[in-house]
Amino acid sequence: MSLDQDDHERHDHEADPHAPNEHRGPDTDVWEHRAAALQEALVAKGLVTPDQVRAMIEDWESRTPALGARLIARAWTDPVFKARLLADAKSAARELLGIDPGVPELVALENTDRVHHVVVCTLCSCYPRAILGVPPAWYKGLAYRSRAIVEPRGVLREFGLELAPWVEVRVVDSTADMRYLVLPERPAGTERMSEQELAALVTRDSMIGVARAKEPIGVT
Amino acid sequence: MVKFREGDRVRVRDEARAGHIRTPTYIMGKVGVVSRVHGSYRNPEQLAYGEQGVPEIPLYYVAFDAAEVWGGTSSADRVDVDLYEHWLEPA
Repeated sequence: MSLDQDDHERHDHEADPHAPNEHRGPDTDVWEHRAAALQEALVAKGLVTPDQVRAMIEDWESRTPALGARLIARAWTDPVFKARLLADAKSAARELLGIDPGVPELVALENTDRVHHVVVCTLCSCYPRAILGVPPAWYKGLAYRSRAIVEPRGVLREFGLELAPWVEVRVVDSTADMRYLVLPERPAGTERMSEQELAALVTRDSMIGVARAKEPIGVT
Repeated sequence: MVKFREGDRVRVRDEARAGHIRTPTYIMGKVGVVSRVHGSYRNPEQLAYGEQGVPEIPLYYVAFDAAEVWGGTSSADRVDVDLYEHWLEPA
């Protein structure tokens, strides 16, 4: 199983007490037991080794939003790279980060002062894990998944993001195998900042589209 | 061979189907505009059941007016959904 491939099958099996799931009973331990039993059986049959499982977990846990932030900071400082990111984010990620995003396609969507993208997966919890890491619990929760698509402005307001009426909101429902990465707007007052300093302003939530990038300290 | 191009108006088939479908119910029967042709991919409706999912099916990024999907007053706001070609017909 490749990284990020199977969110829509996997969501039923995760033991995350904060993720409301209409298919799951109150006893989440059963999923942990089932996963352990499955792993034991696969190892016994020689289909996987414990070391492969360990390596997979290690790889998963090495993925953090810092990877995505590097893509964004480069796009903010290099117009040629930005064009490449928007045209083919998968190859841009491979080039800059040296990792395969592990999904059929990675698609970057640009937020501007006129257009605001926000990503949701109403059917399950598809998320660009390879470059943002494990999704936040709320992203997988029924409340966000059902409300963001219907009333994005209200949901964004609850996240602390008030969008002007003239901003066009595009809720992107990640229904298929594409993975979406939002390219947030570069904050004002960051003209003299280095790429590394800029990357520190790019948060996970700004790459999902529920927040803006952080303002630089000292700018009013 | 892709059937639709960027700018084409499409209607989402309104068919209740069991199984691992990737078309959300709320978008069935709605009319939108193809805004990006992603490419062709193996059919997840079959892959989910251990089949090969071939031939590959074109996948489109389709933009819908939020008012078309949910009713209410018209605005520029959109709902964008990825849809496989066999769920779409010309509108």
